[in-house]
Amino acid sequence: MTDAVIQPTPASATPEGGHLLEIRDLHVEFRTHEGVAKVINGVSYHLNAGETLAVLGESGSGKSVTAQAIMGILDTPPAHIRSGQILYQGRDLLTQSEEQRRQVRGKEIAMIFQDALSALNPVFPVGWQIAETLRTREGMSRADARRRAIELMDLVKIPAAERRIGDYPHQFSGGMRQRVMIAMALALNPKVLIADEPTTALDVTVQAQIMDLLADLRRDLGMAMILITHDLGVVAGVADRIAVMYAGRIVEHADVRSLYRAPAHPYTKGLLESIPRLDVRGQELATIKGLPPNLMRIPSGCPFHPRCPYVQQVCVDEVPHDLVLGDGRTSACHFAQEVRDDSAR
Amino acid sequence: MSDFETVAASENQAARRGPSGEPGTPNQVATQKPRSLAGDAWRDLRRNPIFWVSLALVLIVALMAVAPGLFTANDPKDCMLSRQNAGPSGGAIFGYGFQGCDTFSRAVYGTQASLLVGALSAVITGVIALTVGMLAGYFGGWVDAVLSRAIDIVLGIPLLLAAIVLLKRVGTDSANVRLGAVVLVLAILGWTTAARVVRSSVITAKEQDYVAAARMLGAGHGRIMLRHILPNALAPAIVVLTIALGSFIAAEATLSFLGIGLSQETISWGQDIDTGRIHMRESATPLLVPSTFLALTVLAFIMLGDAIRDAFDPKLR
Amino acid sequence: MFRYILRRLLQMVLAFFGTTLIVYALMFAGQGDPIQALAGERPVTAAQRAYLTEKYHLDATGVGGFFYRYFDYVRSLLQGDLGQSLTGRQIGDILQQAWPVTVKLALIALAVAVIFGVTAGVIAGIRRAGIFDNSTLVLTLLVLGIPTIVLAPLAQYFLGVKWQLFPPTAGAEPDFYALLLPGIVLGSLSLATALRLTRTSVAENLRADYVRTARSKGLLKRRIVSVHVLRNSLIPVVTFLGVELGNLMSGAIITEGVFNIPGVGFNLFRGIRTEDGPLVVGIVSVLVVVYLVSNLLVDVLYAVLDPRIRYE
Repeated sequence: MTDAVIQPTPASATPEGGHLLEIRDLHVEFRTHEGVAKVINGVSYHLNAGETLAVLGESGSGKSVTAQAIMGILDTPPAHIRSGQILYQGRDLLTQSEEQRRQVRGKEIAMIFQDALSALNPVFPVGWQIAETLRTREGMSRADARRRAIELMDLVKIPAAERRIGDYPHQFSGGMRQRVMIAMALALNPKVLIADEPTTALDVTVQAQIMDLLADLRRDLGMAMILITHDLGVVAGVADRIAVMYAGRIVEHADVRSLYRAPAHPYTKGLLESIPRLDVRGQELATIKGLPPNLMRIPSGCPFHPRCPYVQQVCVDEVPHDLVLGDGRTSACHFAQEVRDDSAR
Repeated sequence: MSDFETVAASENQAARRGPSGEPGTPNQVATQKPRSLAGDAWRDLRRNPIFWVSLALVLIVALMAVAPGLFTANDPKDCMLSRQNAGPSGGAIFGYGFQGCDTFSRAVYGTQASLLVGALSAVITGVIALTVGMLAGYFGGWVDAVLSRAIDIVLGIPLLLAAIVLLKRVGTDSANVRLGAVVLVLAILGWTTAARVVRSSVITAKEQDYVAAARMLGAGHGRIMLRHILPNALAPAIVVLTIALGSFIAAEATLSFLGIGLSQETISWGQDIDTGRIHMRESATPLLVPSTFLALTVLAFIMLGDAIRDAFDPKLR
Repeated sequence: MFRYILRRLLQMVLAFFGTTLIVYALMFAGQGDPIQALAGERPVTAAQRAYLTEKYHLDATGVGGFFYRYFDYVRSLLQGDLGQSLTGRQIGDILQQAWPVTVKLALIALAVAVIFGVTAGVIAGIRRAGIFDNSTLVLTLLVLGIPTIVLAPLAQYFLGVKWQLFPPTAGAEPDFYALLLPGIVLGSLSLATALRLTRTSVAENLRADYVRTARSKGLLKRRIVSVHVLRNSLIPVVTFLGVELGNLMSGAIITEGVFNIPGVGFNLFRGIRTEDGPLVVGIVSVLVVVYLVSNLLVDVLYAVLDPRIRYE
């Protein structure tokens, strides 16, 4: 095995009219000794060059697992990809060899994680960890890689980058550590950045700074971004489109504005109603009753039906298909129209 | 609508979420009915051959200590130099040793002292460990600081060297005094690991809701410690003590081997191994027989404790 | 880093006084006749009695006398003056001859533990729950469960006397070959512990979040294991091995005794057997110091290896 970099030939990049990244009908299950958990049940979404897609959902909804499937870093076992396609620039990553997929990681698609402290290796200086990618993947010399690492740390606005390059992860604050993660992910100029709950572990003020940084970087570097989050508030200013996940399915898919204006799935509606709003006084916050489903025993029909205020017998009996609502909107609800009309009122 | 609410309610009960749920781990949820930890552990143990083998060995050894006459008819102290290193005959299935004693009979009778020392040391160790661990874990603060420091200090003492120093002070060769001294020395030096285990399980138990509830109902410290916390600390302590029992037997044999352990009067594996070792060129069986007895006994206890601990703590399997 | 070392150093000094005081008190305090206590059952000649009285200031009495004698003992210990054994030899001389042998033996044992224990531990950790893993678990349990007083004589009997693969005893000037079997016996316990520790550590680190990060950077699996995982996994292992080196040097009593290796442990073994009190006290005191110093070195080593400790 060599570290030789197999460059994707530009000619074969993004076929005419196709998406940069497209997931088609992905099924993933976790096989544990307690049984099989169906974590992803037919997820499809796409990402165009230069846009930001927010994937929204509670923990356990499968949004992180989907991202890890894209990266090819699922732990197998217990995770098994049962079926589906993950097309990057028109080619199915799932049919590629491990070595081909390794070349894609970091170089084409990079990822940052929720908890930067544990995601960084505690015993190596941050500069070393950033430079490692450059040295092993690009064959850069130590000195060049170091110089580039400092540039990257400047890029993500870490103060005194040159001085701090030899510091260890635990010497940084939470926000600074996440910046280090971002610098590391940007090292090879990826075309797609997957940010998996990048601000969840941070203070509220720092959250905003990191989100602003990500938005700026995405624009300046012309990347596409998948922003995984459970926090609707984070999404609004940053994302172009939103895909809402529940029980391993995409339940609603819309552009940000129409989704906020009139959610077409009861789950999304519930999520939106549970955000405190500054412009409404004396409101009573709604909550979604019940808990996310047990993935080893997903309810029949629509998996959301036990918690749904719109529930009817058909929801128990039939799995709802994606209802196309125009403007590229879809909603996997038998009563999508009614929900949207209710919400719009 | 009410139908669906009941569905939702039953779903809620089943949906116990995993520790993080994210990422990588999906909701790994309890199946039909919640199984107890002890139930899981027992199910694992039952299928573990090491558990059964070591348990059987422990029972045999215990029986041997209580009723050595069941295993051999010969008197271990009936030694005649005329039979020096003689081969097997008349019930002495492994022949005779350098002193002309029945090798097998001595090994059988040696069980008693070994097990007695091991068990007594483990019991005293358990008492010290439970007391110290309970006080340190329950009261915390400066009590914990002082006791934890004490644990650190004792843990830092090299066991064999300390035992040598301590046992050199015992002047007599009276069998009971020396046995007591060995037990005390082992207990004084050996309680620390168990105390740490007790301390951490006490700290865990202390945080439980039912302990807070008991406290609010006005239960005193003593009652809370004995009725509510002790039962939680007991199981891990017993596992550690089972393993410790094995190590204590090994330690006693080592001290007796060195000649500073049990009295010359007491039949002990350590001394017999030493004698057998010195004369191994003339005949190996007087070395091999007590060695096998000692190794199997120590192994039995260590494997038993190890198997139980693995069953209760399946983290790394 | 400096403050960390300073703090450890102070702790060590405290531990030194504490431990030597305990050793001293246990050896001498409250005895009817301290000289007879040193000599055990052996008759004491008038010359020896006079020497010991002077050496240990036994004419002073009471608590003050005890501490006077204690500090005197510590002072001579620090000056390297360990006094004479009952055989009339300088204990310092005995140790000077014995140390190189003991150090050689301990290093062989340590090498055995590192080469086989750590390697097998890494493999077992990577292939957790495989055949290799399960068989090493059982094997190490066996090694951990068999006391040295069984292992050493059996190895000597089978490998030395019966099959004659190794010299059964070492003799006065042991070479590497003569020390190999005792080294393996001495190291087997460390080997088993190191193996289990490495295995657990590697298995845990393989599941760490930073491994996922390393994978998402597109690093080769080989590099992830050999650089990221190993560097983290070996912190506890190296720490253990450091402590173990101290143990091996002070704990070779049985092995050196059985194989007749003229090291420190052998002299202690002989001291105990011949009830040579001053020799035992002298050697135990030195070994305690060795033990404490090696623990200090390990703490420093730990700080060097783990940046989280270093900048505490």
